[in-house]
Amino acid sequence: MKKIFSPLSKEDIKALKQDDIVLLSGVIYTARDAAHKKMLEHLQKTGEMLLKGQTVYYAGPCPPKEGDIVGSAGPTTSYRMDAFTPLFLQNGILATIGKGQRNQTVIQAIKKHGGVHFDAIGGAGAYYKNCIKSCQAVYFPELGTEAVYRLEVEDFPCIVSII
Amino acid sequence: MKVIHTKSVALAVKKLCLEAGINIDQPVLEALKEARQKEDGEKARFALDIMIKNAHIAKDQAIPLCQDTGMTIVFVEMGQDVHIEGGLLEDAINQGIREAFCQGRFRKSVREPISGQNTKDNTPAVVHYQITEGDKLKLHVMLKGFGSENMSRLFMLTPAQGLEGIKEAVITAAKEAGGNPCPPIVLGVGIGGTMEKAAILSKKALLRDFNSPNKDSFLNRLEKELEDSINALNIGPQGFGGKTSVLKVFIETFPTHIAGLPVAVTVQCHAVRHGSVIL
Repeated sequence: MKKIFSPLSKEDIKALKQDDIVLLSGVIYTARDAAHKKMLEHLQKTGEMLLKGQTVYYAGPCPPKEGDIVGSAGPTTSYRMDAFTPLFLQNGILATIGKGQRNQTVIQAIKKHGGVHFDAIGGAGAYYKNCIKSCQAVYFPELGTEAVYRLEVEDFPCIVSII
Repeated sequence: MKVIHTKSVALAVKKLCLEAGINIDQPVLEALKEARQKEDGEKARFALDIMIKNAHIAKDQAIPLCQDTGMTIVFVEMGQDVHIEGGLLEDAINQGIREAFCQGRFRKSVREPISGQNTKDNTPAVVHYQITEGDKLKLHVMLKGFGSENMSRLFMLTPAQGLEGIKEAVITAAKEAGGNPCPPIVLGVGIGGTMEKAAILSKKALLRDFNSPNKDSFLNRLEKELEDSINALNIGPQGFGGKTSVLKVFIETFPTHIAGLPVAVTVQCHAVRHGSVIL
């Protein structure tokens, strides 16, 4: 299995092929429905794209058990973010991780901007929790599970599904 | 007449939630292992391997199987000789959920539909009541994730569409759901009644013991036929293509009106989490 490191560079992405099974390490950021809405508002108001150059993980973790850093944290369904993704890619987000299908507009946008979308395994929240080495809320902490969390991950398994 | 205190109801619901949130339904895990043997594709095998490992990790570490610990659905079968004491039955059910979601460190996913405000304790549950004979209270708790729930469908068919229309509706629901609801899926199908009756039947269908056949031999054959048709769609584990798209189809029927044919399909992900108790 190929090992890759996030944040990814455009060159890293070019070296990937569709259907590659990869183990991803490094830094990724969670953002799901509510955070996407807030990120869009922020972009429209200030012109700043949060998480530029980063990998966005569609996820909303469980709260950690005592002494733990995070609870179960598998991927959520990607299509709910389809309405935001082309604009976010255009403004510099490079990679996304989720589960399930994406629409044609998103697929085109990923190809156009030299991005990549990974599929993780849905329902495997406990497995993915064990790949997370640190977790810190960085934007919109008031959203609770839907806040943007910075995660350091190690050998996080996923598949290159759109490139 | 039997008296049951709301405290025992709350405790029972709490236990069922805590147990279900962590442990996959055992026969489903066996079915995933069997599917792993059948699949040839690298991606399908990869997905199933992680699903199977995930079930073991969740159990060993006592953490939620999936971060979407769901909205709680409770089916109550209450014998008409039971008397509930100590407050409202539904309050007790919600108290059990509140305590389980807090203690189990489950995700609180329930929010007001328009304002978006989170209720912060995963209540209220969706509760369905049925009055039965006798003096027993049966509680069946299901943690229903929304990746799959969002793919559930209702079809108001015409009588002329008949059996062929029913088959087409179920297959369409599975096909259009594709990889979104975390396949291999389980389908609950409610046929007949009214719009809401069909929907409730489609949930109730999912309560059946995983490996028990439909008691009606015609429906049993129909279930198998639908399983074969859906598995031929090549959706595969997690939508990666393969032989295993659906593990089971469970059908429940109810008489309907001469002018209609409601068909509801509840889509359940591979993380089947439920349990029941009799008080």
